[in-house]
Amino acid sequence: MRDVSVVGIGQTQVKEHWDKSLRQLATSAVLNAMKDAHVDHADALYVGNMLSGELTGQENLGALIADEVGLRGIEALKVEAACGGGGGALHIGYLAVASGQFDVVIVTGAEKLTESSNCNTTASLAMAADADYETVHGISFVALNALLMRRYMYEYDLVPEDFAAFSLNAHANAANNPYAMFRAPITLEQYKHARSVADPISVLDSSPVGDGAAALVLMPTASLNGNRARAVKIAASTVATDSLALHARRDPLWLSAVELSSQKAYAQAGVTPKDIDVFEAHDAFSIMSVMSLEAAGFAERGRGAYLGREGEITPQGKVPISTMGGLKARGHPVGATGVYQAAEAVTQLRGEAGKNQVPNARVAMTQSLGGVAANAATHIFVN
Amino acid sequence: MDLARNWRLKDQRYRLEGIVCKNCGAKFFPPRQVCTECHSQDLTPHEFDGHGILYSFSTLHQAPLGYEGSLPYTVGIVKLDEGPMVEAQLTDTNPDELKIGQRMEMVTRKLREHGEEGLIVYGYKFRPIANEN
Repeated sequence: MRDVSVVGIGQTQVKEHWDKSLRQLATSAVLNAMKDAHVDHADALYVGNMLSGELTGQENLGALIADEVGLRGIEALKVEAACGGGGGALHIGYLAVASGQFDVVIVTGAEKLTESSNCNTTASLAMAADADYETVHGISFVALNALLMRRYMYEYDLVPEDFAAFSLNAHANAANNPYAMFRAPITLEQYKHARSVADPISVLDSSPVGDGAAALVLMPTASLNGNRARAVKIAASTVATDSLALHARRDPLWLSAVELSSQKAYAQAGVTPKDIDVFEAHDAFSIMSVMSLEAAGFAERGRGAYLGREGEITPQGKVPISTMGGLKARGHPVGATGVYQAAEAVTQLRGEAGKNQVPNARVAMTQSLGGVAANAATHIFVN
Repeated sequence: MDLARNWRLKDQRYRLEGIVCKNCGAKFFPPRQVCTECHSQDLTPHEFDGHGILYSFSTLHQAPLGYEGSLPYTVGIVKLDEGPMVEAQLTDTNPDELKIGQRMEMVTRKLREHGEEGLIVYGYKFRPIANEN
Protein backbone atom coordinates (compact mmCIF):
# COMPACT_ATOMS: atom_id res chain seq x y z
CA MET A 1 0.00 0.00 0.00
CA ARG A 2 1.19 3.51 -0.85
CA ASP A 3 1.07 6.54 1.42
CA VAL A 4 -1.72 8.94 0.45
CA SER A 5 -1.90 12.73 0.87
CA VAL A 6 -4.65 15.31 0.64
CA VAL A 7 -3.39 17.91 -1.82
CA GLY A 8 -6.47 20.11 -2.14
CA ILE A 9 -9.67 21.00 -0.28
CA GLY A 10 -12.87 22.80 -1.23
CA GLN A 11 -15.95 23.74 0.80
CA THR A 12 -19.21 25.60 0.30
CA GLN A 13 -20.87 27.30 3.25
CA VAL A 14 -23.38 25.06 5.01
CA LYS A 15 -26.77 26.78 4.98
CA GLU A 16 -30.25 26.65 3.53
CA HIS A 17 -29.21 27.05 -0.11
CA TRP A 18 -32.60 27.89 -1.65
CA ASP A 19 -30.86 29.14 -4.81
CA LYS A 20 -28.56 26.17 -5.37
CA SER A 21 -29.15 22.53 -6.30
CA LEU A 22 -27.29 19.45 -5.12
CA ARG A 23 -25.28 19.31 -8.35
CA GLN A 24 -24.31 22.99 -8.12
CA LEU A 25 -23.09 22.61 -4.54
CA ALA A 26 -21.07 19.47 -5.30
CA THR A 27 -19.60 21.02 -8.45
CA SER A 28 -18.50 24.18 -6.62
CA ALA A 29 -16.80 22.16 -3.89
CA VAL A 30 -15.00 19.88 -6.37
CA LEU A 31 -13.82 22.76 -8.57
CA ASN A 32 -12.51 24.59 -5.49
CA ALA A 33 -10.62 21.49 -4.35
CA MET A 34 -9.11 20.96 -7.84
CA LYS A 35 -8.01 24.61 -7.94
CA ASP A 36 -6.49 24.31 -4.46
CA ALA A 37 -4.66 21.14 -5.57
CA HIS A 38 -3.53 22.63 -8.91
CA VAL A 39 -4.92 19.65 -10.83
CA ASP A 40 -7.17 19.66 -13.89
CA HIS A 41 -7.93 15.98 -14.09
CA ALA A 42 -8.69 12.96 -11.89
CA ASP A 43 -8.88 9.21 -12.37
CA ALA A 44 -11.88 8.63 -10.13
CA LEU A 45 -14.48 10.46 -8.06
CA TYR A 46 -16.43 9.20 -5.02
CA VAL A 47 -19.49 11.02 -3.70
CA GLY A 48 -20.64 10.70 -0.09
CA ASN A 49 -24.39 11.24 0.15
CA MET A 50 -27.33 9.86 2.10
CA LEU A 51 -30.66 11.20 0.88
CA SER A 52 -30.40 12.47 -2.70
CA GLY A 53 -32.87 9.89 -3.93
CA GLU A 54 -35.35 10.36 -1.12
CA LEU A 55 -35.33 14.16 -0.91
CA THR A 56 -34.40 15.36 -4.40
CA GLY A 57 -35.42 12.37 -6.53
CA GLN A 58 -31.86 12.10 -7.84
CA GLU A 59 -29.65 9.04 -7.64
CA ASN A 60 -26.65 8.01 -9.75
CA LEU A 61 -24.63 10.89 -8.31
CA GLY A 62 -21.31 9.43 -9.43
CA ALA A 63 -22.06 9.91 -13.11
CA LEU A 64 -23.86 13.20 -12.54
CA ILE A 65 -21.11 14.95 -10.58
CA ALA A 66 -18.25 13.56 -12.67
CA ASP A 67 -19.90 14.99 -15.78
CA GLU A 68 -20.79 18.34 -14.17
CA VAL A 69 -17.17 18.97 -13.11
CA GLY A 70 -15.88 18.21 -16.61
CA LEU A 71 -14.64 14.68 -15.98
CA ARG A 72 -17.20 12.69 -17.99
CA GLY A 73 -15.89 9.17 -18.50
CA ILE A 74 -13.95 8.56 -15.28
CA GLU A 75 -14.85 5.98 -12.61
CA ALA A 76 -17.39 7.56 -10.27
CA LEU A 77 -19.64 6.11 -7.57
CA LYS A 78 -21.88 7.21 -4.71
CA VAL A 79 -21.00 5.92 -1.25
CA GLU A 80 -23.80 5.64 1.31
CA ALA A 81 -23.42 5.03 5.05
CA ALA A 82 -26.27 7.20 6.37
CA CYS A 83 -24.85 10.33 8.08
CA GLY A 84 -21.37 8.77 7.80
CA GLY A 85 -21.26 8.58 4.00
CA GLY A 86 -18.65 11.34 3.77
CA GLY A 87 -16.17 9.39 5.87
CA GLY A 88 -17.06 6.28 3.89
CA ALA A 89 -16.35 8.02 0.56
CA LEU A 90 -12.99 9.22 1.87
CA HIS A 91 -12.14 5.67 2.93
CA ILE A 92 -12.92 4.36 -0.58
CA GLY A 93 -10.91 7.19 -2.16
CA TYR A 94 -8.01 6.48 0.15
CA LEU A 95 -8.05 2.78 -0.76
CA ALA A 96 -8.18 3.60 -4.47
CA VAL A 97 -4.95 5.62 -4.23
CA ALA A 98 -3.20 3.50 -1.58
CA SER A 99 -3.77 0.34 -3.61
CA GLY A 100 -1.98 1.80 -6.61
CA GLN A 101 -5.12 1.70 -8.75
CA PHE A 102 -5.35 5.49 -9.25
CA ASP A 103 -2.99 8.49 -8.98
CA VAL A 104 -5.51 11.34 -8.63
CA VAL A 105 -8.81 10.78 -6.83
CA ILE A 106 -11.50 13.28 -5.90
CA VAL A 107 -13.67 12.66 -2.85
CA THR A 108 -16.71 14.82 -2.36
CA GLY A 109 -19.62 14.82 0.07
CA ALA A 110 -22.82 16.60 -0.94
CA GLU A 111 -26.24 16.82 0.63
CA LYS A 112 -29.40 18.85 0.00
CA LEU A 113 -31.70 18.52 3.00
CA THR A 114 -33.93 21.57 2.51
CA GLU A 115 -35.65 20.40 -0.68
CA SER A 116 -38.46 18.93 1.42
CA SER A 117 -40.68 19.75 4.41
CA ASN A 118 -39.23 19.53 7.91
CA CYS A 119 -41.35 16.50 8.81
CA ASN A 120 -40.34 14.70 5.65
CA THR A 121 -36.66 15.46 6.28
CA THR A 122 -37.05 14.19 9.86
CA ALA A 123 -38.63 10.99 8.54
CA SER A 124 -35.88 10.58 5.94
CA LEU A 125 -33.06 11.07 8.45
CA ALA A 126 -34.65 8.29 10.53
CA MET A 127 -33.84 5.92 7.65
CA ALA A 128 -30.40 5.69 9.29
CA ALA A 129 -32.08 3.54 11.95
CA ASP A 130 -33.93 0.19 11.79
CA ALA A 131 -37.05 0.76 9.69
CA ASP A 132 -39.00 -2.27 10.95
CA TYR A 133 -38.15 -2.05 14.64
CA GLU A 134 -37.30 1.59 15.45
CA THR A 135 -38.64 3.99 12.83
CA VAL A 136 -42.09 2.38 12.58
CA HIS A 137 -42.70 3.28 16.22
CA GLY A 138 -42.29 6.98 15.45
CA ILE A 139 -38.82 7.03 17.00
CA SER A 140 -37.02 9.89 15.25
CA PHE A 141 -33.25 10.00 14.94
CA VAL A 142 -33.17 12.69 17.64
CA ALA A 143 -35.23 10.41 19.90
CA LEU A 144 -32.69 7.60 19.59
CA ASN A 145 -30.01 9.96 20.87
CA ALA A 146 -32.39 11.24 23.56
CA LEU A 147 -32.90 7.68 24.82
CA LEU A 148 -29.13 7.36 25.17
CA MET A 149 -28.72 10.77 26.82
CA ARG A 150 -31.39 10.08 29.46
CA ARG A 151 -29.87 6.71 30.32
CA TYR A 152 -26.39 8.26 30.41
CA MET A 153 -27.52 10.99 32.81
CA TYR A 154 -29.19 8.32 34.98
CA GLU A 155 -26.11 6.10 35.15
CA TYR A 156 -23.60 8.88 35.74
CA ASP A 157 -25.78 11.24 37.77
CA LEU A 158 -25.63 14.21 35.40
CA VAL A 159 -28.06 16.97 34.38
CA PRO A 160 -28.53 18.47 30.88
CA GLU A 161 -26.44 21.53 31.83
CA ASP A 162 -23.42 19.23 32.20
CA PHE A 163 -23.49 18.92 28.40
CA ALA A 164 -23.64 22.67 27.68
CA ALA A 165 -19.92 23.11 27.02
CA PHE A 166 -20.13 21.07 23.83
CA SER A 167 -22.71 23.33 22.25
CA LEU A 168 -21.02 26.52 23.51
CA ASN A 169 -17.62 25.45 22.15
CA ALA A 170 -19.07 24.50 18.76
CA HIS A 171 -20.90 27.81 18.33
CA ALA A 172 -17.93 29.87 19.52
CA ASN A 173 -15.68 28.17 16.95
CA ALA A 174 -18.22 28.39 14.11
CA ALA A 175 -18.30 32.17 14.57
CA ASN A 176 -14.82 32.26 13.00
CA ASN A 177 -15.50 29.78 10.18
CA PRO A 178 -16.76 31.35 6.93
CA TYR A 179 -18.15 27.97 5.83
CA ALA A 180 -20.23 27.47 9.01
CA MET A 181 -24.02 27.68 9.12
CA PHE A 182 -24.21 29.52 12.46
CA ARG A 183 -21.85 32.46 12.86
CA ALA A 184 -22.84 33.70 16.34
CA PRO A 185 -21.76 32.38 19.75
CA ILE A 186 -24.44 31.25 22.22
CA THR A 187 -24.70 31.73 25.99
CA LEU A 188 -25.29 29.27 28.82
CA GLU A 189 -28.64 30.96 29.46
CA GLN A 190 -29.71 30.30 25.87
CA TYR A 191 -28.64 26.67 26.22
CA LYS A 192 -30.60 26.24 29.45
CA HIS A 193 -33.78 27.64 27.94
CA ALA A 194 -33.59 26.06 24.49
CA ARG A 195 -36.69 24.39 23.07
CA SER A 196 -36.96 20.62 23.56
CA VAL A 197 -36.94 18.41 20.46
CA ALA A 198 -37.06 15.01 22.21
CA ASP A 199 -36.35 15.41 25.89
CA PRO A 200 -33.72 15.67 27.30
CA ILE A 201 -32.33 16.85 23.90
CA SER A 202 -32.96 20.49 22.98
CA VAL A 203 -32.34 22.34 19.73
CA LEU A 204 -29.03 23.51 21.20
CA ASP A 205 -27.91 19.90 21.65
CA SER A 206 -28.78 19.10 18.02
CA SER A 207 -26.96 19.69 14.77
CA PRO A 208 -29.03 21.69 12.29
CA VAL A 209 -30.48 20.63 8.95
CA GLY A 210 -28.62 22.35 6.13
CA ASP A 211 -27.26 21.95 2.61
CA GLY A 212 -23.61 21.81 1.66
CA ALA A 213 -20.75 20.14 -0.17
CA ALA A 214 -17.06 19.69 0.49
CA ALA A 215 -14.33 18.02 -1.56
CA LEU A 216 -10.77 16.70 -1.35
CA VAL A 217 -8.13 15.76 -3.91
CA LEU A 218 -5.98 12.74 -2.99
CA MET A 219 -2.63 11.73 -4.52
CA PRO A 220 0.17 9.31 -3.62
CA THR A 221 2.53 11.02 -1.16
CA ALA A 222 5.57 9.79 -3.12
CA SER A 223 4.39 11.57 -6.28
CA LEU A 224 4.55 14.98 -4.62
CA ASN A 225 8.37 15.13 -4.64
CA GLY A 226 8.28 17.32 -1.56
CA ASN A 227 7.09 20.32 -3.56
CA ARG A 228 3.60 20.59 -2.16
CA ALA A 229 4.09 22.31 1.17
CA ARG A 230 0.38 22.37 1.99
CA ALA A 231 -0.19 18.64 1.43
CA VAL A 232 -1.28 16.62 4.46
CA LYS A 233 -0.71 12.87 4.76
CA ILE A 234 -3.49 10.43 5.64
CA ALA A 235 -1.85 8.23 8.26
CA ALA A 236 -4.90 6.02 8.86
CA SER A 237 -8.26 5.28 7.25
CA THR A 238 -10.56 2.74 8.90
CA VAL A 239 -14.21 1.72 9.03
CA ALA A 240 -15.99 -0.40 11.65
CA THR A 241 -19.62 -1.32 12.31
CA ASP A 242 -22.06 -2.04 15.15
CA SER A 243 -25.66 -3.26 15.16
CA LEU A 244 -27.96 -0.88 13.30
CA ALA A 245 -30.58 -0.89 16.07
CA LEU A 246 -29.90 0.36 19.60
CA HIS A 247 -31.87 -2.48 21.17
CA ALA A 248 -29.52 -5.10 19.70
CA ARG A 249 -26.49 -3.74 21.57
CA ARG A 250 -25.33 -5.46 24.72
CA ASP A 251 -24.45 -2.04 26.13
CA PRO A 252 -26.09 0.87 24.30
CA LEU A 253 -23.96 3.42 26.20
CA TRP A 254 -20.75 2.15 24.65
CA LEU A 255 -20.08 3.01 20.97
CA SER A 256 -18.19 -0.11 19.99
CA ALA A 257 -17.85 0.86 16.30
CA VAL A 258 -16.16 4.08 17.46
CA GLU A 259 -13.82 2.07 19.67
CA LEU A 260 -13.04 -0.46 16.92
CA SER A 261 -12.38 2.05 14.16
CA SER A 262 -10.36 4.29 16.51
CA GLN A 263 -8.18 1.42 17.71
CA LYS A 264 -7.56 0.26 14.15
CA ALA A 265 -6.67 3.83 13.17
CA TYR A 266 -4.26 4.32 16.11
CA ALA A 267 -2.53 1.06 15.17
CA GLN A 268 -2.32 2.00 11.48
CA ALA A 269 -0.91 5.46 12.22
CA GLY A 270 1.29 4.30 15.09
CA VAL A 271 -0.13 6.87 17.51
CA THR A 272 -2.15 6.93 20.75
CA PRO A 273 -4.97 9.29 21.77
CA LYS A 274 -2.36 11.41 23.58
CA ASP A 275 -0.74 12.20 20.22
CA ILE A 276 -3.96 13.60 18.68
CA ASP A 277 -3.85 17.43 18.62
CA VAL A 278 -7.30 17.94 17.01
CA PHE A 279 -10.29 15.58 17.14
CA GLU A 280 -13.18 16.36 14.82
CA ALA A 281 -15.79 14.18 16.53
CA HIS A 282 -19.23 13.43 15.12
CA ASP A 283 -21.08 15.86 17.41
CA ALA A 284 -24.53 15.43 15.82
CA PHE A 285 -25.84 15.64 19.40
CA SER A 286 -24.04 16.60 22.62
CA ILE A 287 -24.35 13.04 23.88
CA MET A 288 -22.55 11.76 20.76
CA SER A 289 -19.53 13.97 21.54
CA VAL A 290 -19.42 12.65 25.08
CA MET A 291 -19.74 8.99 24.14
CA SER A 292 -17.27 9.37 21.24
CA LEU A 293 -14.63 10.88 23.54
CA GLU A 294 -14.97 7.83 25.77
CA ALA A 295 -15.04 5.11 23.10
CA ALA A 296 -12.17 6.72 21.16
CA GLY A 297 -10.02 6.65 24.29
CA PHE A 298 -9.87 10.35 25.26
CA ALA A 299 -11.85 9.94 28.48
CA GLU A 300 -12.64 7.18 30.94
CA ARG A 301 -16.10 5.70 30.73
CA GLY A 302 -18.62 8.09 32.28
CA ARG A 303 -16.14 10.98 32.23
CA GLY A 304 -16.60 12.37 28.70
CA ALA A 305 -18.83 15.24 29.81
CA TYR A 306 -16.20 16.39 32.29
CA LEU A 307 -13.76 17.17 29.45
CA GLY A 308 -16.32 19.76 28.35
CA ARG A 309 -16.95 21.16 31.82
CA GLU A 310 -13.22 21.50 32.45
CA GLY A 311 -12.61 23.43 29.23
CA GLU A 312 -10.46 20.74 27.62
CA ILE A 313 -12.43 20.61 24.32
CA THR A 314 -11.69 24.19 23.22
CA PRO A 315 -8.89 24.95 20.72
CA GLN A 316 -6.65 25.72 23.74
CA GLY A 317 -7.59 22.54 25.64
CA LYS A 318 -6.10 19.06 25.80
CA VAL A 319 -8.62 17.50 23.37
CA PRO A 320 -9.88 20.21 20.99
CA ILE A 321 -13.08 19.10 19.22
CA SER A 322 -15.44 20.83 16.77
CA THR A 323 -12.64 23.31 16.10
CA MET A 324 -14.43 24.86 13.11
CA GLY A 325 -17.90 24.53 14.62
CA GLY A 326 -18.48 20.80 14.35
CA LEU A 327 -21.74 19.28 13.19
CA LYS A 328 -23.51 21.36 15.83
CA ALA A 329 -22.66 24.78 14.42
CA ARG A 330 -20.80 24.39 11.13
CA GLY A 331 -23.85 22.34 10.24
CA HIS A 332 -24.57 18.71 9.36
CA PRO A 333 -25.41 18.11 5.68
CA VAL A 334 -25.32 14.43 6.56
CA GLY A 335 -23.47 12.65 3.72
CA ALA A 336 -21.18 15.66 3.22
CA THR A 337 -20.15 16.04 6.86
CA GLY A 338 -17.28 13.54 6.89
CA VAL A 339 -15.64 15.41 4.02
CA TYR A 340 -16.06 18.78 5.79
CA GLN A 341 -14.35 17.25 8.83
CA ALA A 342 -11.40 16.14 6.69
CA ALA A 343 -11.13 19.58 5.05
CA GLU A 344 -11.10 21.15 8.53
CA ALA A 345 -8.42 18.75 9.76
CA VAL A 346 -6.28 19.71 6.75
CA THR A 347 -6.92 23.41 7.47
CA GLN A 348 -5.69 22.93 11.06
CA LEU A 349 -2.58 21.01 10.00
CA ARG A 350 -1.77 23.62 7.36
CA GLY A 351 -1.90 26.21 10.14
CA GLU A 352 -4.64 28.10 8.30
CA ALA A 353 -7.43 27.91 10.91
CA GLY A 354 -7.15 31.59 11.91
CA LYS A 355 -8.61 32.40 15.31
CA ASN A 356 -9.47 28.72 15.80
CA GLN A 357 -5.95 27.49 15.14
CA VAL A 358 -4.89 24.77 17.57
CA PRO A 359 -1.30 25.71 18.50
CA ASN A 360 1.33 23.44 16.91
CA ALA A 361 -1.28 21.05 15.49
CA ARG A 362 0.56 18.14 13.88
CA VAL A 363 -1.85 15.17 14.17
CA ALA A 364 -5.60 15.44 13.55
CA MET A 365 -8.32 12.79 13.73
CA THR A 366 -11.78 12.86 12.17
CA GLN A 367 -14.68 10.53 12.84
CA SER A 368 -17.75 10.21 10.66
CA LEU A 369 -20.63 8.18 12.09
CA GLY A 370 -23.59 6.60 10.29
CA GLY A 371 -26.74 6.07 12.32
CA VAL A 372 -26.14 6.00 16.07
CA ALA A 373 -22.54 4.96 15.35
CA ALA A 374 -23.67 1.81 13.53
CA ASN A 375 -20.96 2.77 11.06
CA ALA A 376 -17.78 4.60 12.08
CA ALA A 377 -15.12 5.88 9.68
CA THR A 378 -11.99 7.21 11.37
CA HIS A 379 -9.16 9.10 9.66
CA ILE A 380 -5.87 10.33 11.07
CA PHE A 381 -3.96 13.08 9.28
CA VAL A 382 -0.35 14.10 9.94
CA ASN A 383 1.74 16.99 8.83
CA MET B 1 -45.07 0.56 4.70
CA ASP B 2 -46.96 -1.52 2.24
CA LEU B 3 -49.39 -4.35 2.83
CA ALA B 4 -46.99 -7.27 2.44
CA ARG B 5 -44.48 -5.68 4.75
CA ASN B 6 -46.95 -5.21 7.58
CA TRP B 7 -48.37 -8.70 7.04
CA ARG B 8 -44.85 -10.17 7.15
CA LEU B 9 -44.19 -8.58 10.56
CA LYS B 10 -47.47 -9.68 12.17
CA ASP B 11 -45.95 -12.33 14.46
CA GLN B 12 -43.54 -9.76 15.87
CA ARG B 13 -46.05 -6.91 16.06
CA TYR B 14 -48.93 -8.88 17.63
CA ARG B 15 -47.21 -11.61 19.64
CA LEU B 16 -43.66 -10.37 20.24
CA GLU B 17 -42.32 -13.47 18.52
CA GLY B 18 -38.55 -13.61 18.52
CA ILE B 19 -36.13 -16.47 18.30
CA VAL B 20 -34.04 -18.69 20.58
CA CYS B 21 -30.71 -20.27 19.64
CA LYS B 22 -30.94 -24.06 19.90
CA ASN B 23 -27.18 -24.27 20.36
CA CYS B 24 -26.45 -21.74 23.15
CA GLY B 25 -29.90 -20.70 24.35
CA ALA B 26 -29.52 -16.97 23.58
CA LYS B 27 -32.85 -15.23 22.93
CA PHE B 28 -33.40 -12.48 20.37
CA PHE B 29 -36.05 -9.96 19.48
CA PRO B 30 -36.51 -9.31 16.62
CA PRO B 31 -35.76 -12.74 15.11
CA ARG B 32 -32.54 -13.14 13.15
CA GLN B 33 -30.90 -15.89 11.10
CA VAL B 34 -27.50 -16.06 12.79
CA CYS B 35 -26.92 -16.13 16.58
CA THR B 36 -24.68 -13.22 17.64
CA GLU B 37 -23.33 -15.24 20.57
CA CYS B 38 -22.26 -18.54 18.96
CA HIS B 39 -22.93 -17.90 15.22
CA SER B 40 -25.21 -20.92 15.03
CA GLN B 41 -27.87 -20.84 12.32
CA ASP B 42 -30.05 -23.31 14.20
CA LEU B 43 -32.68 -21.07 15.77
CA THR B 44 -36.34 -21.62 16.59
CA PRO B 45 -39.22 -19.18 17.25
CA HIS B 46 -39.82 -18.00 20.81
CA GLU B 47 -42.75 -15.93 22.05
CA PHE B 48 -41.72 -13.38 24.68
CA ASP B 49 -44.09 -12.76 27.57
CA GLY B 50 -43.77 -8.99 27.18
CA HIS B 51 -42.70 -8.12 30.72
CA GLY B 52 -39.61 -6.11 31.52
CA ILE B 53 -38.16 -2.92 32.97
CA LEU B 54 -37.82 0.57 31.51
CA TYR B 55 -34.24 1.18 30.31
CA SER B 56 -34.80 4.72 29.01
CA PHE B 57 -37.51 6.99 27.58
CA SER B 58 -38.05 10.26 25.72
CA THR B 59 -41.00 12.47 24.87
CA LEU B 60 -40.93 13.82 21.32
CA HIS B 61 -41.92 17.39 20.46
CA GLN B 62 -41.01 17.10 16.78
CA ALA B 63 -42.14 14.08 14.78
CA PRO B 64 -41.34 12.29 11.56
CA LEU B 65 -43.91 12.53 8.76
CA GLY B 66 -46.95 10.43 9.63
CA TYR B 67 -46.63 10.83 13.40
CA GLU B 68 -47.25 14.60 13.78
CA GLY B 69 -50.84 13.94 14.86
CA SER B 70 -49.65 11.95 17.88
CA LEU B 71 -47.40 14.71 19.31
CA PRO B 72 -46.30 14.86 22.01
CA TYR B 73 -45.74 11.11 22.42
CA THR B 74 -43.29 9.09 24.48
CA VAL B 75 -41.00 6.33 23.29
CA GLY B 76 -38.82 4.00 25.29
CA ILE B 77 -36.49 1.06 25.45
CA VAL B 78 -37.74 -1.84 27.56
CA LYS B 79 -35.39 -4.58 28.72
CA LEU B 80 -37.43 -7.76 28.72
CA ASP B 81 -37.09 -10.12 31.69
CA GLU B 82 -36.01 -12.78 29.19
CA GLY B 83 -33.06 -10.72 27.96
CA PRO B 84 -33.56 -8.70 24.77
CA MET B 85 -34.37 -4.98 24.63
CA VAL B 86 -37.32 -3.65 22.62
CA GLU B 87 -37.95 -0.10 21.37
CA ALA B 88 -41.55 1.08 21.27
CA GLN B 89 -43.98 3.82 22.17
CA LEU B 90 -45.10 4.01 25.79
CA THR B 91 -48.80 4.33 26.52
CA ASP B 92 -51.38 4.56 29.34
CA THR B 93 -48.98 6.72 31.32
CA ASN B 94 -48.13 10.26 32.33
CA PRO B 95 -44.58 10.83 31.03
CA ASP B 96 -43.75 12.96 34.09
CA GLU B 97 -44.25 9.90 36.30
CA LEU B 98 -42.07 7.51 34.30
CA LYS B 99 -38.95 6.23 36.00
CA ILE B 100 -36.03 4.25 34.64
CA GLY B 101 -36.14 0.77 36.16
CA GLN B 102 -39.92 0.55 36.60
CA ARG B 103 -41.86 -2.55 35.56
CA MET B 104 -43.47 -2.50 32.09
CA GLU B 105 -45.70 -4.77 30.04
CA MET B 106 -46.54 -5.12 26.36
CA VAL B 107 -49.97 -4.13 25.07
CA THR B 108 -51.37 -4.09 21.53
CA ARG B 109 -52.28 -0.68 20.14
CA LYS B 110 -52.66 1.23 16.92
CA LEU B 111 -49.19 2.31 15.75
CA ARG B 112 -50.41 4.56 12.95
CA GLU B 113 -53.89 5.76 12.15
CA HIS B 114 -53.28 5.23 8.47
CA GLY B 115 -50.30 3.88 6.64
CA GLU B 116 -49.40 5.06 3.16
CA GLU B 117 -52.07 2.82 1.67
CA GLY B 118 -54.77 3.68 4.16
CA LEU B 119 -53.86 0.72 6.29
CA ILE B 120 -54.34 0.93 10.05
CA VAL B 121 -51.12 -0.48 11.50
CA TYR B 122 -51.33 -2.29 14.85
CA GLY B 123 -48.45 -3.43 16.99
CA TYR B 124 -46.92 -3.50 20.44
CA LYS B 125 -46.52 -0.61 22.84
CA PHE B 126 -45.51 -0.80 26.49
CA ARG B 127 -47.18 0.54 29.63
CA PRO B 128 -46.27 0.61 33.30
CA ILE B 129 -47.55 -2.32 35.36
CA ALA B 130 -49.70 -0.92 38.14
CA ASN B 131 -49.75 -3.84 40.55
CA GLU B 132 -47.71 -6.86 39.66
CA ASN B 133 -48.05 -9.99 41.75
